[in-house]
This record gives sequence, structure tokens and C-alpha cells, in this order.
Amino acid sequence: MTQISRDDVVHLATLSNLQLEESEIESLRADIEKILEYVEQLNELDTEGLEPTYQVTDLENVWRDDSPKEDAADREALLALAPEAQNNSVKVPKVL
Amino acid sequence: MATISDYIGKSARANVEQALERARQHESHHAFLAYTENRALERADRVDAGEISGPLAGVPFVVKDNYLTFGAPTTAASKILEPFQAPLQATVIEKLEAAGAICVGKTNLDAFAHGGSTENSAYGPTKNAVDESKVAGGSSGGSAVATALDIVPFALGSDTGGSIRQPASFNGVIGVKPTYGMTSRYGVVAMASSTDVMGCFTHTAEDAELVLSVMAGKDARDMTTLEDYFTPATSAPQSLRIGLISDFMTDDVDADVREVTSIYADSLRAAGHTVENVNIPSAKYTLAMYYIIVPAEISSNLARYDGIRYGKRSSEAKSLEEVYGKSRDEGFVTENKRRIMIGSFVLSSGFFDAYYQKAQKARTLLINEFNALFEKYDILLCPVSPTPAFGFGENTADPIKMYLSDAMTVAASLAGIPAMSVPAGTSKDGLPIGVQLMAQRKQDALLLSLAKSMEGKS
Repeated sequence: MTQISRDDVVHLATLSNLQLEESEIESLRADIEKILEYVEQLNELDTEGLEPTYQVTDLENVWRDDSPKEDAADREALLALAPEAQNNSVKVPKVL
Repeated sequence: MATISDYIGKSARANVEQALERARQHESHHAFLAYTENRALERADRVDAGEISGPLAGVPFVVKDNYLTFGAPTTAASKILEPFQAPLQATVIEKLEAAGAICVGKTNLDAFAHGGSTENSAYGPTKNAVDESKVAGGSSGGSAVATALDIVPFALGSDTGGSIRQPASFNGVIGVKPTYGMTSRYGVVAMASSTDVMGCFTHTAEDAELVLSVMAGKDARDMTTLEDYFTPATSAPQSLRIGLISDFMTDDVDADVREVTSIYADSLRAAGHTVENVNIPSAKYTLAMYYIIVPAEISSNLARYDGIRYGKRSSEAKSLEEVYGKSRDEGFVTENKRRIMIGSFVLSSGFFDAYYQKAQKARTLLINEFNALFEKYDILLCPVSPTPAFGFGENTADPIKMYLSDAMTVAASLAGIPAMSVPAGTSKDGLPIGVQLMAQRKQDALLLSLAKSMEGKS
């Protein structure tokens, strides 16, 4: 059974872009360990020689023209959704 | 209970006003997150003036709040999308509006559709339509309750692992998850893209046929959609071969649920169909497959909520890193975080083969087993959920207990086959219990025609 440590939770939170509160860590650790323990019962299944199924449509390579749609949402409407926007751009805190 | 035909030909304004009045009478159930009143009345007046017509002209409906719609914010019952005013509408909403239907409100759900009780909504849970001390089921709890309370004749939900079928069963209405690809997913907040399916709640199978025939079809904006193949059957199906899935009739399943399912099987026999017990050897592993594959897709789909392009940014955030990390921590509920982190785990190097690949191979095994059964049987029958609606807080302390509520619905989701919940009886305590019918891919019309032919017979 996979043991999940406090450090593992912190690492998974980093991978997931979540800045967890200290108080959340232990209960998430216990839950994640329990869920992984549950899903590990899949190891009882023999899947030798089977191809994985990633999608169920039987469709392959659906192409379309890479051109703007006439009824697409307009720039102003999209910028209005951003928590911060300035000079026709979405604004983020200083990166460098 | 009023069906769609009861609304046709009436004043659209009167229909909309009546739906909103009923919604307000039932506010204690907390089925709604918002009403789209102004837009609904405006559209109703246009229907009444003859500017909008179609097979659903003037028929009010409600929609789960993970569908992008005009007239109210689209929150997915999360805090991170609290201020989100959709700049476009979901394709299926556009189609229903073009057919004259009028959306009157946005319904409650587990945040981002992660859950089986609507208790994970950031805005508080929805109460069961029949017994307010029980959960609505989920994740499309609000839509199921709004339909069951006769507020509207139909409602939209999304079903990734049972989120239409389970609340339909808990509240005593019909809930249909069509074949994956029959209805467009465009403009609906993505959860797990390989199993997300848009479907509906209704009071009759005939109404579901009508609504789904409007919703169905290829969408240039959703590359997984299929050419429209859905044509409701014109006559009742005769002498079908039906398999009752024994793996879902074990002692773990509530006795009332098993009894209702057995009685439904008897009614099918009495109607001239054959019903035999069948097995799906990998059935008991479907939940394990689901809780690897779906969190993997969730972790990827929910990466877009970054506090930058739309949605809510944490007021605490100073650096770019904090904008991401704090906005996401504050904006997601615990279940969202659990699933995102499980997804990050199963997709991370070192674990990818053992978990994610393993689950996708097991999924192939399940699909092979379904295909073999559909060689011999037209329809599969089983319960929808192991229990009727449970109490608030009963399953919230243990995520696995909550996940088990989906144990019988996730198989159809993983295989992409159509499945529906049909009201079939009640528990000794008077709680609704549905049965689940499944068919081979693209056999949606057969599924619905069987349900229709059985109405009033069970």
C-alpha cells in the first residue's frame, strides 16, 4: 500500500498550484492515502496485452480550419472577465 | 406533474411566471443558485409576439450552473467562478433557445460537479424533493429537485459518473445520460472530458426524447460530437433480451433497492421481454478505474482556473505564484482539491504506468465485457445507486463512502454507453428509487422507447 507523507502532500500541492493552509494538509493526506489504497485494488485485474482506452468516440483526427469564427466572443467582453486588465491586456503581478 | 405538452400553446409569459413562482415557493430546498428572470421574461414576450417559435416554444426549463448561460453568472457552485458572467452560451442552450425553450434559472450542484449529494456546493446543499432531511443526490441535485417539484417540465444536467442518473433516482424523476458524443459539451465547465455527457431530467420518457432530439447533433466546436443519429422510435419495442447485472444485486445493496429492481424485472417479463442474470466480471473494479481516470482529467481541466484570465483572484495574493496558489486554494472546495491532487499523483512520473495506464487498460477490459454482453442482450438492467437518498453529513466524513454512491453508474460513463434512471418504486420510508437501463452505444432511441413503453406498468 502506498504511504503518503506530509511532504508528498506538499509536493502534490505544488504540482497542482495549490497553496494549502497548514490546517488542510493532514486531512488531505489521510484522504489521499485512503483513496489510493482503494484504487490499488485494480492490481487484482489482469490487463496483460490490453491497449489503454483514452476516448470512446471511435473518431480519429477531426480537423477544422484554423480561422476565427464570426460569432466568437469579442475582445472587450473577454478582457472584462479578467480580475485585472489594463491597456487592452490582462494584468498580472510583476514576474521578473 | 405537468409535462412539456401542458406548456405548449399557452402564454409563454404565464409559463415563465408560474415556474418562477413555484421556484420561490420551494426556496427551502435550495435548488437554485440564480434565477434568469429578466432574460426569461424578455424571451417569453418574444415567443408570445411570434418572434421565436419551435417545438419547445414557451416551455420553461432550468439548467445546472456549470452550463455557460446568459442572464446570470455561471459559478459551477464554486467560489472561484463566483463573478463569472459567461461571454457565450453552451451549444445545447443555444439549440434549446432556438427551439423556443426559455431558461428560468441556474441550479445548484457539487462545486465543479465533484460529488454525489450536492453537499459540496460552495453555496450550501440542496434538499431532497420528497424528504428535506435527505440529500438531493448529485452532482446535478438542483436540476433533479426542480424537476421533481414540478417547477419546470425539464432540466439540464451533466453526467460524468452518474451525476444525472443518481439524483434522478433520489428524487423520482427520469434522468438520461446519452451516448458519449450525442450531445455537445461545448460551453459546459469541463470536468473529465472523456466521460462528461450532457443530458436531461424529465417526468416522462417521451419528454426526454423531445428534449434530446433538440440537443443532439454534431457541433463544430466539440470535436468529440457524432453526426446526429438520434431519432425517437415510433413503436414500442417487442421481446427484448434484457440482462440483469447480478454484480450490482449483491448484499451490499440496500434491500429495498434490490426489491424495486427485481419487481421492475418482473414487469419487463410481464411485458413480453426476457430477463436473465448476467455478470460483468470487472464491475466491482469500475469505481477504482473511475477514481483514477477522472481525477487525472480533472487535474488537467481545472488547471485553467488561475485567478488571472477570469474568475476570482485572491485578495491576499502579491506575487504571481500567490495569484495562482492562493486563488485556487480559496476558490476550490476540499473535494476539488482532493481530486486535483489525486490526478496530479496518478499522472506524475513514476506512478503514471501503475495507476493511469493501468486504469485505462482496465477500461478496455470493461468495454470488451460490455460488447460481449451486447452481442446477446439489447438492454442491461441494474440499480442506479446502492441506497436511496441518504442523510446530510452521513457520507461527508469519508470520501470513499461518498464515492460508493456512484458504484453502479460509473461503468456506463467509462464505456460511453447510454444509460438512464427510471422511477420504479419507493423505499419503506417512502424515498424514491429508480432503476438503471443501459444500451449499446448509439442505441439511445431503444433505451428511451423501452422506458416509455414501461411507464405505468411497474
